[in-house]
Amino acid sequence: MGSLLPELPPGNVLPVVRAPAHVLSGAGADVDPLDPAVVQLAADLLATQRVSPGCVGLAAPQVGVGWRLFSLDVTGHPKARTVHGAVVLANAEVVEASRWEKGREGCMSVPDLTGDVRRAGRVLVAGVVPGTGERLEVRTDAFEARAYQHEIDHCAGLLFLDRVAGAHAIHQRKTYL
Amino acid sequence: MPLLAVTVLGADRPGIVAEVTGHLSRLGGNLEDSTMTLLRGHFAMLLVVATDRPIGEVEQALAPVAADGTLDVAVRPVPESTATGAPGAPHLLSVHGGDRPGIVSSMLGVVARVGGNVTDLTTRLSGDLYVVVAEVDLPAGTDTDALASALRAAADELDVDVSLRAVDADLL
Repeated sequence: MGSLLPELPPGNVLPVVRAPAHVLSGAGADVDPLDPAVVQLAADLLATQRVSPGCVGLAAPQVGVGWRLFSLDVTGHPKARTVHGAVVLANAEVVEASRWEKGREGCMSVPDLTGDVRRAGRVLVAGVVPGTGERLEVRTDAFEARAYQHEIDHCAGLLFLDRVAGAHAIHQRKTYL
Repeated sequence: MPLLAVTVLGADRPGIVAEVTGHLSRLGGNLEDSTMTLLRGHFAMLLVVATDRPIGEVEQALAPVAADGTLDVAVRPVPESTATGAPGAPHLLSVHGGDRPGIVSSMLGVVARVGGNVTDLTTRLSGDLYVVVAEVDLPAGTDTDALASALRAAADELDVDVSLRAVDADLL
């Protein structure tokens, strides 16, 4: 399978916003995938993600922009099964979800906490590709599926804190990358 | 700001959390960390409150909570730094089997002998079934295979089942 990544301009590394920043809690706006600003931000998200140790995905609200846009790349992650490599996607949604399972998540925007969150182990995600505007469907599983759900949640103004499995499912983060 | 630990223990009834936190709020206290649970209908809550008020004043403010004699309230200072050194690797220890005395002490004794620190613990007794779930931080360099073997040996003596697994969180 070839790369799903469109041609992108050079990306800039942007500062990552932390909760309780309001931009993380508002639903992102739909974007025009052909807007040069959207294409540039897609490149910036990927560049920022790549310099952030352990980070497998980054959504626009995490760099202070309330748009439905994210980058994702779980390549090399030990819990990944299906891997599509680097992807940038706009206006994405989960179309199908099954095989729910609980896992512990952390987030660059909530650096000191982790939470136990139920996510689908199999998903079909659909969105549009910045730069080409083509519709992209990604069917994936395991860790990549979890990562897509986490980023799509960011675009809807949801943090993992909104989905924790119970009152004792929030933990102090104990290990740092 | 200084931190105080407030513990509230006793018979459960609706409104305890609202009442305790209401008194603390009126003192200008800020709840930092808190946990509360019910154990067989027994209410147990621990709050860490940041406040400049002296302990005596906080105790006085909370006195009405304990007035009917069904709840015990205690207020203690929290030392400035209670850091327990370098963070360990979080693991989940799960034990289940027929109820008998000594399961928790035996199994967590094995963990303690390698310097593991319990950070969260739940036990449940359901009929004859006893269940223990403990989160333990294991020091860097712990031989987890050897620990798992020692836990299995202890579990065999108690005729219970045990599992130990890493619960590393994934950064997304």
